[in-house]
Order: sequence, then structure tokens, then C-alpha cells
Amino acid sequence: MDAEADVVAPASLEVGDVVDGFRLDAVAHRGGMATLWHVSRVDPVAGDPPFLMKVPRVRGGEDPAAIVGFEVEQMIMPALAGAHVPRFVAKGDFTRVPYIVMEQIDGASLRERFDAAPLAIDEVARIGAKVATALHDLHRQHVVHLDVKPSNIVLRRRDEGGEGGEGDAVLIDFGLSHHDLLPDLLEEEFDLPMGTSPYMSPEQVRFVRNDPRSDLFSTGVMLYELTTGARPFGMPSSVTGLRRRLYRDPVAPRTIRPDCPPWLQEIVLRCLEVRPDRRYQTASQLAFDLLHSDQVALTSRATRTGSGSTVRTMKRWLASLAEREALPGGVAGAAARSPIVLVAVDVAAAEPALLDSVREAALRLLKSEAGARLACLTVMRIHRIGMDDLLEPDGTGRHVKLLVELRHWARPLLHAFAGGTRADDAASRITYHVLEAPDPASAVVEYARRNQVDHIVLGARSSGRLRRHLGSVSARVAAEADCTVTVVRANDGER
Amino acid sequence: MKLALVADLHANREAVGAVLAHAAAQGAERHVFLGDYVGYGADPGWVVDRVREHVAAGAVAVVGNHDAAVVQGPQPSMVADARAVVEWTRSRLDRQQLAFLAKLPLAESVGDALFVHANAFAPGEWAYLVGRGEAMRSLLATDRRFTFCGHVHVPMLYHLSSTGKAGDFAPLPGVAIPLSSQRRWLAIPGSAGQPRDGDPAACYAIFDTTEHVLTFFRVPYDHEAAAAKVRAAKLPAALAQRLGGGR
Repeated sequence: MDAEADVVAPASLEVGDVVDGFRLDAVAHRGGMATLWHVSRVDPVAGDPPFLMKVPRVRGGEDPAAIVGFEVEQMIMPALAGAHVPRFVAKGDFTRVPYIVMEQIDGASLRERFDAAPLAIDEVARIGAKVATALHDLHRQHVVHLDVKPSNIVLRRRDEGGEGGEGDAVLIDFGLSHHDLLPDLLEEEFDLPMGTSPYMSPEQVRFVRNDPRSDLFSTGVMLYELTTGARPFGMPSSVTGLRRRLYRDPVAPRTIRPDCPPWLQEIVLRCLEVRPDRRYQTASQLAFDLLHSDQVALTSRATRTGSGSTVRTMKRWLASLAEREALPGGVAGAAARSPIVLVAVDVAAAEPALLDSVREAALRLLKSEAGARLACLTVMRIHRIGMDDLLEPDGTGRHVKLLVELRHWARPLLHAFAGGTRADDAASRITYHVLEAPDPASAVVEYARRNQVDHIVLGARSSGRLRRHLGSVSARVAAEADCTVTVVRANDGER
Repeated sequence: MKLALVADLHANREAVGAVLAHAAAQGAERHVFLGDYVGYGADPGWVVDRVREHVAAGAVAVVGNHDAAVVQGPQPSMVADARAVVEWTRSRLDRQQLAFLAKLPLAESVGDALFVHANAFAPGEWAYLVGRGEAMRSLLATDRRFTFCGHVHVPMLYHLSSTGKAGDFAPLPGVAIPLSSQRRWLAIPGSAGQPRDGDPAACYAIFDTTEHVLTFFRVPYDHEAAAAKVRAAKLPAALAQRLGGGR
């Protein structure tokens, strides 16, 4: 379509070529899907790490998986940040030379460790915790990796020694990944399950691509392999073979390696549960258990031997029902009370991430307090003396604008209320208030006192500089209020 | 360049005002109006005048079925509410405003992008793009890489891969979506003046024509004031009511 004069066929790239300011220094790796080049900037920038350029093989008629996978990676990589992914530097369009330039991670792929498996137990746990920590950071950024395997994990080298000289785990290759907020370009593309067969989760076999717990299953396969030296489901090469993991349990690790401690078997088999809701629910929970082996709660998984039969699966399912009933606490006790919850938000000025976090906190509270009433409040700051200009140039009152914004912000809360009750009943349990006051903190405290509020939820500014400059409203409310105060901070993964 | 894409404004002054202010704050440099400036709402003259001002300043505007109906008079295919509003709207527009609507093109192309109210395969027949099949038909009817439509009042993003597989995606507001050069894209920003996905906030989108990044937005506005005006104008009550529920 867009035949331009400077189109370069990727296959013809040679050492010394310059692409968009990057000089190709040497081939780092030639793979089936792409070629990796060592590149450097023609005009170096101080502090640049060494770079890799990934160039897909896109000659006519080749596997569309290579092209679509590269599109996916070009879409997702720029959206990622942090220590557990390679830093994205630049990308090139398919209309010219398609490429991604990224940081080259100084460290070795986990693959080599797998050649040495089985490893010492503490090493298995340490590596597993690093991988789980990296996955949690990825999941917080709305991405499910979907191709977690040894060759897609690099451990950063760390000079100061410590834990065997290795630093954070870095996840690479996002060609099969799913970003929850972006279109899934792979969803409709292929008729076969996508992934690497030994590590693929049961959901992936069933074409489900948006469950972060899939990555925990793959991590479980890796932990199993590092512990026992064997793969729990072998290396199937057919879809029928892949589907076997949906109903057949793997041989218990302790059967293969008797010195595998029960806590590690518990963790591994929990990761390998067929149903995602029976696995760890987050990667951070998995990391926590791997780092605190003495606190792992052991179930029948810990002492299983051999390979589970269908009957055993059934038994474990029944056992899980009993476990659930035995959970302490429960919601029944709290239901009788009808607390008033006041949520104070600065809809006009707070950062979006903070507004989201405050709403999340309020939602959680509402879910556990079945009879709660919710008052949403924002303070419109006015000067102590004299009249403010209450009208904006367009004729809409600031007051009305704030009220509109407050109600918009609170809509998901209204929906949460509406679950199980009539819509008008839900609406009667939520109220909106714009207070005009010179001092937001005392306005909130005073309002709560007057209305017998049981619980105040409000956000705290994340920037220390702003806080020093404007004073902390949340700190004063927490200090002066008569009731419980929840101070919420933004948790957007970018701090 | 940042292009603000605004569709299905439907004579809703409060919504359009809020959208234009939001787009200005986002740094939008040019505007594209994807049709249906009138119909349903109580401020057709005000909305048409805003679109005219932007067109005079270089904006693109295409005609929608409601605009065409107001110019031509009501058509038998219209639902009763729509027909009543067409009659009322005609009485509220002056000659210049009607002449502006009459001159609008069905579709316009700028660079890689096609702008059209309903679809690319039969723009004047106003068929709705209600699924992948229809979207694919439209994507195959143009050689442009990006198509931007209105007509369907729900934000949606369709894409067609180089292997001919179509996908759809319900976009989330405020998320920057890079549109790969390896496929065709069809984006419906959603309705500014009468959203129908259960959220009353006004819809629009911004497309960065250099970076090929598309961001959908939702802008809360005073829908109660807009609804009150619809009632005061004695337009069908349902048209006022639906604004609050975004239906």
C-alpha cells in the first residue's frame, strides 16, 4: 500500500546499517520468529545501557504468527515500565523497517538453570520468588504474559554478590501477551492454543487469554521442573496431549524427589490446580509463600503421593468445600449494622489514580458492610473573606460542575449498591455533597461529627512537595475526626 | 497532530460544550465532526453554529442521517420520536444553518483516514455497524487504513489483520491505544450528545495522526440541565429521560 522509496526489507539488514539513528553492530541471535541485533545510537546518549534491536522475519508468505506476535509486542512493550521488563527505547513501523529497540538485560536466561535441575530447595524457592515478584509487577500493569517459561526470564546480574550475584527477574518476549486495556490482536487470529506446550495453562488450552493466574500455572510448571528435573505434563505435541492437563494430575514432586519439603509440594501443586480459583490468586501471594516457607498453610496437597486419580480429584474438590466453610469470621456478623461511610474526594484536583484508589477502597468497604449508607463529599475551597467568583465564564456554576463530577466519580459505587436491590433503593442509600468552606480538613471533620459518620475514607496526595506546600488534609482529618479514618494512597504501579 | 473526533452531537449543548472544552484541554489541534449535529436535543442552532465555526477554521464535518432528514424533511423509516424532533428542529434552524447542513459531504478522506457517518460501503443508506461482519464489510470498502464513524452510539474499535481476521474491542476511557500499521482500523468514538452504553458521560476520541495513537474519552456533563431543556421544549419525554441513564 504505502510503497515508499526507503523501504528496507528486514532480511537484507547488514552489520553497519543504520536504522532510524541506530547502528547495527552485530547479530546477537537468529531465531525462528525474529533476529536480535546488538545496536548502538549513532549519536550516543550519556547513561544509555547496551541496546538490542528485535527485527521480525516478515518475508512474504511466512507464518502470520510472527507478524501478529510482533504487532502485539510493539503495542504492549511501550506501555510497560519498571525493573522487571526491559526498558523500551524505540519502535519502527511495518511500512518501513519493523523493529523494537530495547535495553539489553545484563544477565543470564533462566534456561541454563533448568539444564542443571533438580536444584537445591532454597534455590528453587529463591528463583520462584523472583519470578513471582516480576509477574506481580507485570499483572499490576494490566498485562498477562501467557508465555512464561525459562527462556523468557532473565536474572539481572548483580555485582555486589549477595544472593549468588543475581538480581531481579526480568520478563521478556511479549508476543503472546494480553493487555487488559488494549485490543487483543491474537484473540481471533489462530485456531490452535497459543503458548509453549509444557508450560501452557488449562485456560490457554481453552483459549482464555485474560486470566493472570495462567502465569501462575506456568510458574508452577517451572517450579516443578526445577524441583524434580522433570516436567509435570511432559512436552505434548498435539492438542489432545495438551488437553490432558485439564483432567490428569501430575505425579507429586515428593514421589520423584523425597527430600522435597511438604511446603514446596504444597506451593507447586497449588500453582498447578486446574481451576484458577484454587491456585494462588495473585503472584504476590505466591512470592510471599516462597519467601516464608515456615508460614505455608499445608493441605492434603502437601502429602499427596503418586499421581492423582479422578476419584482423588473429586475428593480434593470435596475437601476444598469443607475448608471454605471453616473460614473464620464471615460476613454474617457484620450484616446487622448499618454504618454511615463518608467518602471525601477532591474530584476537581486529585490525580486520577488517587481517585480510582479511593473509589476502590470505598467499594471494598461497601462489599463487607452490607447495610452501609454512603455519603460522597467534595469541598469547594472559598476564601475566608469576600465573595468568590462563583460563576465560570460559560455560566455554569462551579458548584454544579463539582456536583456533576462527584456524581460521575461515584457511579460505579451506585452500581455496586444496585447489585441485589432495586435501583431506586440503591439511589436512596448514596448521597452527594459539595461543601463550600475555606478549610477542607475542618469542613470534613465537622460534617462527619454532625452526621454521626462511622467511617471516613479519603485520599492522600502522593507528592511530598505538594503536601508540604498545601498541608495534608488527610493527616488533619485523621488526627481530628472522632471516627475511623481510612487514608488511601494511589497504587498505580508507577511509584 | 491531535485530532478530536466528535460524533452524534444531537443538539446537546451541555454535552458538546463539555466535550469541546475537554478536547481543548487535551491539546486537540483539529476537529472532525462525524455527523448528526441535530435531532433529539433542544439546542440544534447552538450546536450547528459551533460546528460551522470549527469548519471555518479548518475542521472536517460530514453529514449524518438526522442532518439529512432535517434538510429534506422527515422520512417514513424514522421512529415516531425522531420524526417529531425533525419537524421541531427544522423550525428552530435559520436558513444559513440549514444551508450549512445541506452542503455537508457524506464522506471525506484526509491522508490515511476516512471520515463517514454510518459506514464506508453505502454511506447514504445509513446501515448501522453492529458487529464484526458489518465492520469488516466497511473496512474492505475503503483503501484507507483508518476509518472513523458515528451513527452507532456506543464506543467501539474494530480491526482487520493482514490475514483477514476481524476483531472488536470495547475501549476504556483515557487509555492510549497504539494502532498498528500492520492492520486496518475502524473506530467509533461513541455519541457526544446521546450516549447509549449505560454511562451518561459524553463520548469522543482523540487520534494522534503522527504517532497513530487513539484515545477514547468520557466527559461528564450536566445531563440534568440538558434533559430539563428537552422537557421545556415539549420534545418527547423519553428523549430527556434517556440522557440520565445513558440509554
